[in-house]
Amino acid sequence: MQHTLIALVENKPGVLNRVASLFRRRNFNIESLNVGQTENPNISRMTIVVDNEMVEARKVEANLYKLVNVIDVQDVTHQPTVARDLALIKVKASPEERGEVSNLASIFRAKIVDVAADSVIVEITGTEDKIESLLELLKPLGVMEMVRTGQVAMMRGNGLGVRHTPGANGHNRM
Amino acid sequence: MIKAGAEILWECMVREGVNVVFGYPGGANMPIYDAMLSYPVHHVLVRHEQGAAHMADGYARASGKVGVAMSTSGPGATNLVTGIATAMMDSSPIVCITGQVHAHLIGGDAFQETDVTGITLPITKHNYLVTRADEIAEVVREAFYIARSGRPGPVLIDICKNAQIEKAEFTYPEKVSLPGYRPPAHAPQAALQQAAEMIAEAERPVILAGHGVQISGAAADVRQFAEKAQAPVASTLLGLGSLPASHPLNLGMMGMHGEAYCNIAIQNADLLLAFGMRFDDRVTGNLRNYAPRARKIHIEIDPSEVNKNVSVDVSLVGDLKTVLADLNPLVGACQHAAWLAEIGEWRAESDIRDIQSWPDDGKLYVPHVVRDIWQATSGDAILTTDVGQHQMWAAQYYPVELPYRFITSGGSGTMGFGVPSAIGAWFAHPGREVWTIVGDGGFQMTQAELSTAVQEGANIKIAIMNNNFLGMVRQWQEFFFERRYSAVEMRTPDFIKIAEAHGIPARRVDQPDQVAEAIEFARQTPGPALIEFMVEKEEAVYPMVPAGADLDEMIRRPLRQQALPAD
Repeated sequence: MQHTLIALVENKPGVLNRVASLFRRRNFNIESLNVGQTENPNISRMTIVVDNEMVEARKVEANLYKLVNVIDVQDVTHQPTVARDLALIKVKASPEERGEVSNLASIFRAKIVDVAADSVIVEITGTEDKIESLLELLKPLGVMEMVRTGQVAMMRGNGLGVRHTPGANGHNRM
Repeated sequence: MIKAGAEILWECMVREGVNVVFGYPGGANMPIYDAMLSYPVHHVLVRHEQGAAHMADGYARASGKVGVAMSTSGPGATNLVTGIATAMMDSSPIVCITGQVHAHLIGGDAFQETDVTGITLPITKHNYLVTRADEIAEVVREAFYIARSGRPGPVLIDICKNAQIEKAEFTYPEKVSLPGYRPPAHAPQAALQQAAEMIAEAERPVILAGHGVQISGAAADVRQFAEKAQAPVASTLLGLGSLPASHPLNLGMMGMHGEAYCNIAIQNADLLLAFGMRFDDRVTGNLRNYAPRARKIHIEIDPSEVNKNVSVDVSLVGDLKTVLADLNPLVGACQHAAWLAEIGEWRAESDIRDIQSWPDDGKLYVPHVVRDIWQATSGDAILTTDVGQHQMWAAQYYPVELPYRFITSGGSGTMGFGVPSAIGAWFAHPGREVWTIVGDGGFQMTQAELSTAVQEGANIKIAIMNNNFLGMVRQWQEFFFERRYSAVEMRTPDFIKIAEAHGIPARRVDQPDQVAEAIEFARQTPGPALIEFMVEKEEAVYPMVPAGADLDEMIRRPLRQQALPAD
């Protein structure tokens, strides 16, 4: 299953490189990685999605924790979270087909953000499943191009919760 | 106080307790070398930067302090890389200061510009690129703290030339502020309780002592624990010295070339207590059948090592000394007489097979030479080694009583480590006897440092085990490649003449009866001395667990007729 990790990192040059280098060195293949600003200009936030079948999320967490510039890491997979992905999908659509695209988009609460002579761009925000579903429906029309931000996630309620040491508890196997 | 960046660097290093550095000057670090003259620091001019990193490493391990290696940009810095990787794999605290081109030239392929922080990123605990003088104080403070705390390791500071020259206000930072760096100390109480229960239930416990025992300064705590729990102690290569070798509970070394009885004990244990070790493939053998009946408790400061290679039942993430101090009161006195007696029987069988039990056949074997050095030095010298067969024999036949008497490149297996690490260790303890045992291959990799040893008057004794082979590779070719020897025969130069060219007194030994006298000659020589032992060419290290085999599936030394006629 997919695991979602949230890492708070110092906003310094080269930190993304350190994280990427770690993944490469430890042979961690990740599904998605999103980096962005937070409310604190000194701290950036990464949302990392890994497939636990391929890479143990616990290992990713413990290794991230070793990086000096990583302030906090938490696996929020089993926590109540809001997780969102944004996709822009360019669909081949003749003027006659635009209505169909528009209908599909509205069902998914997606938006048409650009219209050209023979294509439209659909913008959709939501969980990965939702985006996958829309994508499947648009494919028969001809998906010309797609870009996704990768997942971002935030825990519901009171923030990041209690800091813990990875591996110290909760990971023992009897 | 306004100071140049280079002065700030030295101000900070002196405050960190640095009084010796190992390095090599060049274009991009000249301001640092110029400023150095005003500070009470002894600089050791190496002959190759790899030597500087190994010396800093040997110094760090022998002294318990942070070792410092310095180089210029580009090739100077890349020459440090092998030594940095070695320190990383063995968790050795060194700080490397490299010069870098002017900040405004970075990225422009300037003369001797190399992306050193990029190159060393995966082989350092942390690294810094400093482009301004006012960053230096904080960075140096952090670097030394990171290098020596938690799980120690190398930290590199790449300082642009303009940052060395420019002036900045210098105030020494009293504290470091690293919000993301919090090495764990105590383990959770519930896990300690769970561990204590398992220890109480165990009938066949074995302690696996790793390098963490010495890093954490926990040798006395391990001994107290082992005696109370009556648990025998097996050591990793870097764990040798965790418990005195003469202690009745000491099982010696585990793993690929560990003692047979030690490996058998691990495979038959019902509880493994891993203390500051990381289940390297060289100590576990086949993971699927590793200690199959044992529950496992892992005390380890680095959470990423827990459940990495071996899944454990209880993990106590924290500083070993702290965790043992918490755990010891929860553990009652145990008795395991039957288990210890069983191990004693395996040990007796091993002793019969041991080469020490062979009658003298007139040949020169490395184990005998090592044992003679051990006897002559009362087992109390600091011994560093290179990498290969001689290293394993040194581990087997130079048993040590104290931490950091045996210094070797374990995780990285870096040939060329022996001589420079001995020089570094001598700077840590100039009054102590320092030996290095090296092979003819590894010695030649950093042979240039002989010249450094002479210039510094480093009182190190070099014992070259010359079999004119890359012995360990030869042994693998003998065992696993049908004795098809490929690129392992090595013609060596006249090492005695090389020593003499450096002004180093030297002897060559090819008869067993000359060994003791040559060792004494080296010991009596003031300053460096060298002995070349012309040893048996095709001797193998036993026992041996073939790569990927179960830990107790060892190739054992063939039994010999006791009444072998001497020829």
